[in-house]
Amino acid sequence: MKELSVNHLLGIKYINKNDIDLIFETADHFKEVINRPIKKVPSLRDITIANIFFENSTRTKLSFELAQKRLSADVISFSAAQSSVKKGETLIDTVNNILSMKVDMVVMRHSNPGAAYFLSKNVKASIVNAGDGAHEHPTQALLDSYSIREKLGDVGGKKVVIVGDILHSRVALSNIYALQMQGAEVKVCGPKTLIPRHIESLGVTVEPNLRKALEWCDVANMLRVQNERMDVNFFPSTREYAQQYGLDKTLLDSLNKEIVIMHPGPINRGVEITSDVADSQQSVILNQVENGVAIRMAVIYLLASKIQ
Amino acid sequence: MTQKVLLNSKEVNIILHRLACQLIEKHLDFKDTILVGIQPRGTFLAERLKEMLENEYQTPEIQLGYLDITFFRDDFRRTDKPLEANKTKINFIVENKKVIFIDDVLFTGRSIRAALTAIQSFGRPSEIELLVLIDRRFSRNLPIQPDYRGRQVDAINGEKVKVNWKENDDEDGVYLITN
Repeated sequence: MKELSVNHLLGIKYINKNDIDLIFETADHFKEVINRPIKKVPSLRDITIANIFFENSTRTKLSFELAQKRLSADVISFSAAQSSVKKGETLIDTVNNILSMKVDMVVMRHSNPGAAYFLSKNVKASIVNAGDGAHEHPTQALLDSYSIREKLGDVGGKKVVIVGDILHSRVALSNIYALQMQGAEVKVCGPKTLIPRHIESLGVTVEPNLRKALEWCDVANMLRVQNERMDVNFFPSTREYAQQYGLDKTLLDSLNKEIVIMHPGPINRGVEITSDVADSQQSVILNQVENGVAIRMAVIYLLASKIQ
Repeated sequence: MTQKVLLNSKEVNIILHRLACQLIEKHLDFKDTILVGIQPRGTFLAERLKEMLENEYQTPEIQLGYLDITFFRDDFRRTDKPLEANKTKINFIVENKKVIFIDDVLFTGRSIRAALTAIQSFGRPSEIELLVLIDRRFSRNLPIQPDYRGRQVDAINGEKVKVNWKENDDEDGVYLITN
């Protein structure tokens, strides 16, 4: 009988390969569940989950909520914009107030790296990190790997390039950890200003040329340029970025093999990826969204089974 | 640990033939009837019966599904061991069909309670029946009884009834295990 080695999902670096395998196996079962005529199971009917989003989110928040509801958990959702956080309440106070309403699990997104870790040390509830600043976004990395596994059979031995704004991306960091843990080879590609210094120490190589990177890889994960996190100009213009690091159909078709195209969303169509690539046969972007629900159901189910 | 043989492979085979005949008596050509094996161990019995009905009793092809009840169990977070799921494979809608649940051992009845809920995800059957190889009577927690039973067994709570299938355990047989 298997269970997760952790009580919280704070980041990929806190879990191990066995945990990832268990999450994937469980997600396989939930993927079957969400394709039934009635897509709901009663497992978590005595569990209450709070979704606390201090940062904007559409996909992740909806996906978590749907996953929780498919498991029959009671769900309360909270966005910082409409809350007392604006009145100056601290993070611990906000969360403890929510927990005194008898909440068992907290799914949190926060703009500060380490916020989920901090919370896990200070409040009594199972914590799921739904993104903390530019640090980690573990469920996204899990669903990305799961989608690769689904499309190519296995993650081990595959070559994955992460293209774009690596500097501001929590998706990139979680993906690097998750892919390497499963035995994939990872390169990053993007303008020098958007690649963090010393990223090689994570065991990845930097490839400044998009065409070379694409010719090398089996999977290309195209990240969004996070304009909202850029306080200075990291590249001369969006047009120049699109010309050098944007993936269009001409470039994709000129490669000597078929690669898998991924994107964590939301897409800036015409910047990092053009519409015809995003909607092409090689793109698994919408599969990623579907798998996101199954993966989050698995994570929540496995963590909930450890709540005393 | 002591192990007592309750049924040997010959006896299992005789019982399977009787169960198959009882099914035909009630369902004739199985036009609107579906067999559902309860995961993990009811599937062997379900497959065996389907094969027997089709090959030895010339019934037309019977639809067979596997139902996993893990996410519908009532002991989630109440057991020390984490619950491990199995594959559900039901590639048809059970709306207005006669469903026969098939499991190896009926003990507390809680698995069947979970199965009754789980099957609703695939539609509203017109009727649900239960077939088990071993009925451990006097052990029920819920008001659930089988419609077809292979053998009734009186076993106390500390004892375990183990059904072996040659597809999985190299031989057919039923054992009573006492710790």
